[in-house]
Amino acid sequence: MVKKAIQIDEKDNVATTTEEVDTGEQVEVISPDGKVILRPKVTEPIPFGHKLAIKPIKNGDNIVKYGEVIGVSTQPIKAGAWVNTHNVGSARMPTKGKEEGIL
Amino acid sequence: MTQLMGYRRFDGSVGVRNHLLVLAPIDCSYEPAKKIAAQVDGAIAVTQYHGCGKDPVLVHNLVGTGLNPNVAAILVLGLGCETLTVDTVADGIRPSGKPVETLVIQQEGGTLKTQEKAVRILQRWAQEVAQLKPEPFPLSKLTLAVECGGSDATSGLAANPAVGVACDRLIDEGGTVIFSEPQEMIGTQHILARRAANNRVASDIYTMIDQDEERLKAIGVDSRWMSAGNIGGGLTTIEEKSLGAIRKGGTRPIQGVLQNNWDRFDRPDGPGLWLQDGTGWDVPSVTHMVAAGAQIVCFTSGQGSTTGHAIAPVIKITGNPVTFKQMEDNMDINAGTILDGSESLNSVGQRIYETIIDTANGKKTKAEALGYRDYIVFCRSRAAEHLLGHC
Repeated sequence: MVKKAIQIDEKDNVATTTEEVDTGEQVEVISPDGKVILRPKVTEPIPFGHKLAIKPIKNGDNIVKYGEVIGVSTQPIKAGAWVNTHNVGSARMPTKGKEEGIL
Repeated sequence: MTQLMGYRRFDGSVGVRNHLLVLAPIDCSYEPAKKIAAQVDGAIAVTQYHGCGKDPVLVHNLVGTGLNPNVAAILVLGLGCETLTVDTVADGIRPSGKPVETLVIQQEGGTLKTQEKAVRILQRWAQEVAQLKPEPFPLSKLTLAVECGGSDATSGLAANPAVGVACDRLIDEGGTVIFSEPQEMIGTQHILARRAANNRVASDIYTMIDQDEERLKAIGVDSRWMSAGNIGGGLTTIEEKSLGAIRKGGTRPIQGVLQNNWDRFDRPDGPGLWLQDGTGWDVPSVTHMVAAGAQIVCFTSGQGSTTGHAIAPVIKITGNPVTFKQMEDNMDINAGTILDGSESLNSVGQRIYETIIDTANGKKTKAEALGYRDYIVFCRSRAAEHLLGHC
């Protein structure tokens, strides 16, 4: 079965994977009303519950999930690319993981 | 057109259940209260476990429980020497026009004599309540509480957003929704404040969430940091983490912060989405929203939960298909269909909405059918709140 990623709000520019996706696999991005809105080929492994970009994101663009700004990109992100602390920072709070060297 | 049937009360509210409440203002009379309730069909006993005091938060929530539209009649059963007297609680409930009686064990001459009187009162009420006819009522008389417990990675992805879809629809059709758990809103003050109906509400939202941050800070927890586990699970920022919880209330404007403290206990004074000051502890959080008038509860859980409630039916929803399979005896709705793409977020939201309506019209939830009647009142330490400058 084709792997899925869910767009929670129509305004979102990221979707969340429903299982782990490997490099080279194709993912169906599903909108809140059930339409497949994108079929990106994934170029890096993305764990379950993590985000991928569903449109090209410029450096400094807002990352929108739940229809709200959850952070700001720290580098350009291609559609289909993995989105997490390596390319996004909180617009409000620092992320401790970086300082602890976890990420 | 959504057709709802319920029981009209004298104060204009509408119940979707007809509970006979045996209310023990203190745990000293709770054991006899339970035995009494067990003897009469439809009776249920509740108490609070904060000892012999007269804390206004306890009074507000016990009185609010009696005022909840799902309660048809109330017997307040005390021991006799308690600070929080049966009359204090009964007098708070009486303006509703519901049948209210009081009994005091020390005055009646022990529990057996009390029990005989109590059972006779409840027996009469049980017969009378059975004759009440459900009448049609509009959605503007329905209040839903939303809560989560035992969250996992599917909660913010499936169950909470799907419940949010149901909340949006309920509100668009004139209904009322209450959500709480301010602790889970840390880092999203600015987002929630933008959704406030006016500036005063925005300011109340900041105050409520900031105070919960201060409580955590006082015990050395800096709640703004994300843990490695959070990030490894796919949560990039505190905003994202909190939004996953908040989304279960939907996306509509916030009409007000319902205060739940020593000075005030607010109820929604109109339809729409309301935020209640409260606790992140799930059962008491539900109790406080029920005390503010909620007749039905939607409860999301990633790992599965058994919870019901003494006064309001609890519809339990999981976004985790494995949990649903494992815990199907306890979970009402599988929102895990969103994950494999077999159902859309919006259609699961619609299914939840329809279940809310069916439950209001009398369908029993799984917890109700199994007789699970959770009830806990929570009360913050007033001394700690004083030291923090909150009161």
